[in-house]
Amino acid sequence: MAAVAFPAEARGPRPRRLTAGRIGLYAFLLAAAAFFLLPVVVMVLTSLKTMDEIRQGQIFALPQAFDTSAWSTAWSSACTGLACEGIRVGFWNSVRILAPSVVLSIAIGAINGYALSLWNVRYANLLFAILLIGAFIPYQVFIYPLVRLSSAAQIFATLPCIVLVHTIFGMPYMTLIFRNYYAGLPPELFKAARVDGGGFWRIFLHVMLPMSTPILIVAVILQVTGIWNDFILGLTFAGSANNPMTVQLNNVVNSTTGERAYNVDMAATLLTAAVPLFVYFVSGRWFVRGIAAGAVKG
Amino acid sequence: MAEPARARTSRPRRRSAAAWALAPAWIVVVVAYLGTMAWTVVISFTPSKLLPVYTFVGFDQYARLFTSDRWQVSLWHLLIFGVLFIACCLVTGFLLAVALDQKVRFENTFRTIFLYPYSMSFIVTGLIWQWLMNPGLGIQNTVRGWGWQGFTFDWAVNSRMAVFALVIAAVWQASGLVMALMLAGLRGVDAELWKAARVDGIPAWRVYVSIILPILAPTIATATVLLSIAVIKVYDLVVALTNGGPGTSSEMPAKFIMDNLGFRQNIGLATSAATVMLITVVCLVTPWLYRTYFRSQAGRT
Repeated sequence: MAAVAFPAEARGPRPRRLTAGRIGLYAFLLAAAAFFLLPVVVMVLTSLKTMDEIRQGQIFALPQAFDTSAWSTAWSSACTGLACEGIRVGFWNSVRILAPSVVLSIAIGAINGYALSLWNVRYANLLFAILLIGAFIPYQVFIYPLVRLSSAAQIFATLPCIVLVHTIFGMPYMTLIFRNYYAGLPPELFKAARVDGGGFWRIFLHVMLPMSTPILIVAVILQVTGIWNDFILGLTFAGSANNPMTVQLNNVVNSTTGERAYNVDMAATLLTAAVPLFVYFVSGRWFVRGIAAGAVKG
Repeated sequence: MAEPARARTSRPRRRSAAAWALAPAWIVVVVAYLGTMAWTVVISFTPSKLLPVYTFVGFDQYARLFTSDRWQVSLWHLLIFGVLFIACCLVTGFLLAVALDQKVRFENTFRTIFLYPYSMSFIVTGLIWQWLMNPGLGIQNTVRGWGWQGFTFDWAVNSRMAVFALVIAAVWQASGLVMALMLAGLRGVDAELWKAARVDGIPAWRVYVSIILPILAPTIATATVLLSIAVIKVYDLVVALTNGGPGTSSEMPAKFIMDNLGFRQNIGLATSAATVMLITVVCLVTPWLYRTYFRSQAGRT
């Protein structure tokens, strides 16, 4: 795994006092920061305004009076089609999908990674190569047959169905990062455990898992943000009773008839973004390591 | 990548524990990956509409696909979107990484700001930009309110600009990732190299262009492959930001497939488009995977 921890020290050329170049550098960084921050700042401001104020069309203006009613409306009474129970329905659906999917996909990925990296199993490279390529193939290639298979198994559009689908599509990434992690541990460790007579599961549970905290954190970050942010799988496999938050949000916003309550829409969007943003701000450096593990692959 | 420790002492019983542990993975690979892939390819050679039928019609669906206006326009949009998105992400990501590598103050804060959009879903990103580019209440109206009456930024609803609206939103979301990859690459550059360049009096920008960029080539290749795959897959963003419109002015192949699988009920056509997508991604990914993964592993064994 490419361990992307940023060294404390930058390695670029050493700066000389305050030159025109330094001022230009900070101007560039501040302009870039404005580009990245502004959209969300606008969202927050708008979500705190009344519709009357929004109609004045000054999206950068501060709200005249902080009005948090849009947030409570978005959470508990915004309408998706006929039902007006707010985005919270989607929130709890996402939580119900997320918890088992994360646990299952990580457990299977860890076992796969361990077996592939440390045990001499037949066709390991073949299995690994298919998984690796599978990680990159767009879902559109698999979706139709999977719909048919899950209908045949009579689980289509149920919670177990969407959990299974997330586990299937999470497996390549998870296998990959665990395989790389276990292969990177000192080989003496595994040899000593073998000499002591440890079997496959004993070594996994008593030696490897206790040493897996760093990679487990990365795996949890990757899967929580990935599954929370999913749209296409939830839309296809979850069924309308289990629509995840992203699908419900899109329904709330893009199927509104009549005048749109922009403040409510923006509050709902921010609520949907809150979970991955929370993970991002809490995990900080680990998040960077996680996306790099998912990204660099090897 | 360390060589897998070969367990010379492993007896058949133990080896079978490892083999059994991989059974779920094999089932998933054979059924959910290879099986469905083959099924999709098979259907693409049939005249299936709403339900699959298994009479073979050769490449008829492919002929229909590539003569379909909607598909052609989707491919064209994909090309424009892809080239601009990848180029903008690479340039922005590189510039941000270089800027952050100059011993700036608040480096952590800047890094956090540049990367946070990447944690959010494309649905959220699409909705955010849909509002900013809304002609009635978004940036356009605000800037006009400041006195610049001719200002237009209605890209989400403007058929000539809708594809570029997708580019802006996608670059906003993903260039932080490129920044993170590039910054990691820059921090891996040997400090001696910078000292030597300084002793020789080479200007910093020359060092970046002539020495650092070539060193970063593998990182750039990785970023390009990842971004390309994101381009081919782009669906959520389109649905949230423009829904392919106005008209078909921002249709994309992934959405073409989903539409034909769903309400258009054209399964044969959709699967032939999915097969084209499959072939494209495999051609793109295999050489890169082999180079970054299997070759380096083989080199050490």
